[in-house]
Amino acid sequence: MTLAVIGVRNLFGLVVLSGAYSFIMATLLIAMDAVDVGMTEAAVGAGVSTVLLLSALHLARTEEAPGKVFQPVAAILALVTGAALIYGTWGLPLYGDPDGPIHHHVAPYYIEQTPEEMGMPNIVTAVLSSYRGYDTLGETTVIFTAGLGVMMLLRGRRRDGGKPKKGGQRRDDDKKDEA
Amino acid sequence: MKHHLILLVVSKLLIPFLLLFAFYVQMHGDFGPGGGFQAGAIAAAAIVLYTLIFGRRAAEKAVPPRIVEAGIPLGVLVFAGVGVANLLMGGNYLEYNAFNPAHPVEGQHLGIILVEAGVFITVFCTLVTIFNTFARRGR
Amino acid sequence: MEDLGFLGVIGHINQWITVFLIMAGLYIIVARSNMIKKLVGLSIFQTSVYLLYISPGKIIDGTAPILSPEWDTYSNPLPHVLILTAIVVGVATLALGLSLVVRINEAYGSIEEDEIYKDDAD
Repeated sequence: MTLAVIGVRNLFGLVVLSGAYSFIMATLLIAMDAVDVGMTEAAVGAGVSTVLLLSALHLARTEEAPGKVFQPVAAILALVTGAALIYGTWGLPLYGDPDGPIHHHVAPYYIEQTPEEMGMPNIVTAVLSSYRGYDTLGETTVIFTAGLGVMMLLRGRRRDGGKPKKGGQRRDDDKKDEA
Repeated sequence: MKHHLILLVVSKLLIPFLLLFAFYVQMHGDFGPGGGFQAGAIAAAAIVLYTLIFGRRAAEKAVPPRIVEAGIPLGVLVFAGVGVANLLMGGNYLEYNAFNPAHPVEGQHLGIILVEAGVFITVFCTLVTIFNTFARRGR
Repeated sequence: MEDLGFLGVIGHINQWITVFLIMAGLYIIVARSNMIKKLVGLSIFQTSVYLLYISPGKIIDGTAPILSPEWDTYSNPLPHVLILTAIVVGVATLALGLSLVVRINEAYGSIEEDEIYKDDAD
């Protein structure tokens, strides 16, 4: 699937492939017992992401230009990075190992304390909203900033595409009155 | 228009289920997988589907853009307001035990429900606004 | 590097899949000049990082981190929390990146990086 994403030329096919890739990723995440994360990835990655890519494609309306098929420098860079990362994974614990160091410090505390302090079965929600509530506040602010940024960038009336206009250009109809 | 008929019928069946499911996921975030983000994304997907099938005019009558745009900071305000309320009731910022010092578990439940509602509002309004902004640009 | 044998090779396969996805995402971002493809490559990169965080959290014979009376081993909930935030931040990045691409397209008329550089050079 990923190799198809690298090779495909038509941008519409690219968007469909990326939606399918998100679905496969969500399934993989659920197979790893991450049900909350899988649900979020399916809803956000395969739903919202695909719609956003499609609407941007509708506004941009081009196809990828033919030309460079294989870039050796980039491929060497990717291979070197991959080799270094694989060398680094030898020291990591095996898949599913319950004795790995990440299971010993904070996680047992959360798992044991949640029934007494929160009284709710879903540990992930308890940690997200209460134990690590500051991170969720920051994340909500990030979403708010993204919405704000998109509104600021795409508010005015559309200029039909063409050659750039050099020099500072005042855009005077930035407030769009939509009845 | 025959090829649109199937889409119309299917989406008329699906959109109420999507909204109901989003509400269910939001409320059941304590007992099963779910919570604010998932519910916001599913509800936004329902509204986006409605906009795609029925057109922007009908969607803007159903979900007015001004209210949706006003909702983006409202969710952040609810979240931060819960923290401030905790400060005023004597605890630390975002310490939900301060809601009900005799029964801290009740306080935690109240805090978590309010916080998840705030997250849902912001995520839903932001995703719908982003889609509407992209859609409006192509005029 | 110790000698792990056959079990060692199989035990690390989830990390190797992650590394392959990282390599693919990196290649797409660097090598392709179409901006929307770069953004899709970025999202592939981000998804592989989610796998990188969540796969060590799984415990074999464990279950999802939702308390229930019939299970006594749960997978680690801490990476799930971090990755939930990361997914939503990723979609925010994608939305902002796409709006930038739309504006660039309106200003220059194309979304290929090479053509934009050539346009800027003269």
